[in-house]
Amino acid sequence: MKLTGRVWRFGDDVNTDLIAPGIYMKSPLEELAAHCLETVDASFAASVKADDIIVAGKNFGMGSSREQAVQVLKHLGVAAVIATSFGGIFYRNAFNWGLPAIVSAETDGIAMNNRIEVDLAGGTITNLDSGQSVQSDAIPEHLMGLIDAGGLVPYLEKMLNN
Amino acid sequence: MQQTIAQKIIAKAAGADSVSAGEIVTCAVDLAMIHDSGGPRRVKPILERLGVGVWDASKIVLISDHYAPCTDAESAAILKLTREWAAEQNILNFYDQQGICHVVMPERGHLGPGMFAVGGDSHSPTGGAFGAFMFGIGATDMAGVLATGETWIRVPGTIRITWSGSFGPGVAAKDMALKMCATLGMDGGDYQAIEYGGDTIAGLPMMERMTLANMAAELGAQTGIVEPDETTASYVRAAGADPGDWQAWRSDAGADYLASHEFNAAALEPQVATPHSPANARDVGDVDRDDIDQFYIGACTGAKLNDLEMAASVLKGNQVAPGKRFTVAPASSRILAEATRNGTMQILMDAGANFLPTGCGACAGYGVGTLAEDEVCLASTARNFQGRMGANTSRVYLASPYTVAASAVTGVITDPRELLGTAV
Repeated sequence: MKLTGRVWRFGDDVNTDLIAPGIYMKSPLEELAAHCLETVDASFAASVKADDIIVAGKNFGMGSSREQAVQVLKHLGVAAVIATSFGGIFYRNAFNWGLPAIVSAETDGIAMNNRIEVDLAGGTITNLDSGQSVQSDAIPEHLMGLIDAGGLVPYLEKMLNN
Repeated sequence: MQQTIAQKIIAKAAGADSVSAGEIVTCAVDLAMIHDSGGPRRVKPILERLGVGVWDASKIVLISDHYAPCTDAESAAILKLTREWAAEQNILNFYDQQGICHVVMPERGHLGPGMFAVGGDSHSPTGGAFGAFMFGIGATDMAGVLATGETWIRVPGTIRITWSGSFGPGVAAKDMALKMCATLGMDGGDYQAIEYGGDTIAGLPMMERMTLANMAAELGAQTGIVEPDETTASYVRAAGADPGDWQAWRSDAGADYLASHEFNAAALEPQVATPHSPANARDVGDVDRDDIDQFYIGACTGAKLNDLEMAASVLKGNQVAPGKRFTVAPASSRILAEATRNGTMQILMDAGANFLPTGCGACAGYGVGTLAEDEVCLASTARNFQGRMGANTSRVYLASPYTVAASAVTGVITDPRELLGTAV
């Protein structure tokens, strides 16, 4: 599976409370999503487009277990998140919602608004603007299974029906 | 093969003799805890879509704490749905507005050594204080557990953290936790299992151990386990549960640790974490005496009985500074009852505290006690991420209940030892 999209660049330690602010957690998903990352980049929620890809530093999604942090990114059209490392609960939540969370420490050459191509199976990330390719860590096989199924719920649906 | 406590618990849950770090295994879940925010309102539609009920109602604990008590029609609807789902699924272990999940669970006898437990909340590692392997998961993961009674886990490596020596007056487990955040960073735990040991921790009461295990979350660990001992077993028995063969849950000599870190409690100073990260912690003497609007004793991390007692020990005979608000949200109804019986609440009231109902309160910005634009708070909670407690421009400092209380008296960030009359 290959994804192609425009890059949103973020730094280290982008936490769940920035992605899905607590004061909007009882609101409908659309409203929560409108405030996604507003503290970091006020333009993000309004400007992010379908297929865009987030490239971030270490510990992306650290903090709360709220999976709305994954859901709002999906809702806004984000196709994948690439980071040096992830908060452990966010990482699980991402695959449970069919959002690829890709670990790569070699993304220094990728800048805001670059167009990149991500080969999920092969692990290659190609910067289509510079032509440079880097490698990501392989996605564990059982997590690829969740991506292929479209998330944990469809996966369980299939499992329980068999 | 020599195993750590974490590996032993996972192996038991996976039905294996032993497990290796990095291996992915499927585990049977002994206990699943859910709350009103990530629980029924999120899992109900998934279970309905899957066409199943919960796998074993007796192994589920449901606690309403995030939106408790409700503040508007939306939060009232969330709590109503929570109650209706509890009745529908016959969840008998349902504690409605009785306190914060991580505190209510052990005090009602639901946790003990050797358990493999999941919680629908990131501070679920608190269960590690009782010698359980407990970790936080999201709502969809939880729906999977509720449907099947199982979950997958990548067996973590174990990071050993040893504390030696005794800390002085005015210093607490919260200072240990903040010191570890500053030293190791918020990814120092690397989603591995932390194992806390050493004579300092062996000497801590359960509620202080809970603070350490709780903030394994801020270290980025999957869980934080304290070796169970007689202190653990006594607490579990007093809560009406059976600690079982607790002596079995200790790491083998020669077990493989990913890393080992050693800390000296005798050298520990009260810590203050500046906005917006627990990893910004430093000695209170190295932090500017910033002006604070709201002083908050609350949350699973910082409003247990001993936390309230710490605050009271500083506030006895003192008054909250004029124009300042000192807000207390006891972590459970039982704690509130005991703190009332033993005089702690009276001291806090006499000092000028105001009180919120028991629950998660202002900590995560879900309900009452949140912050306005540009307001500054000093809190005994675990997290000070930007905007977490309210407006995006508000700022939160973290400290122990001693330091929060002492600062409430002066109105600015203050070393509690100045008020406790001990040498600094």
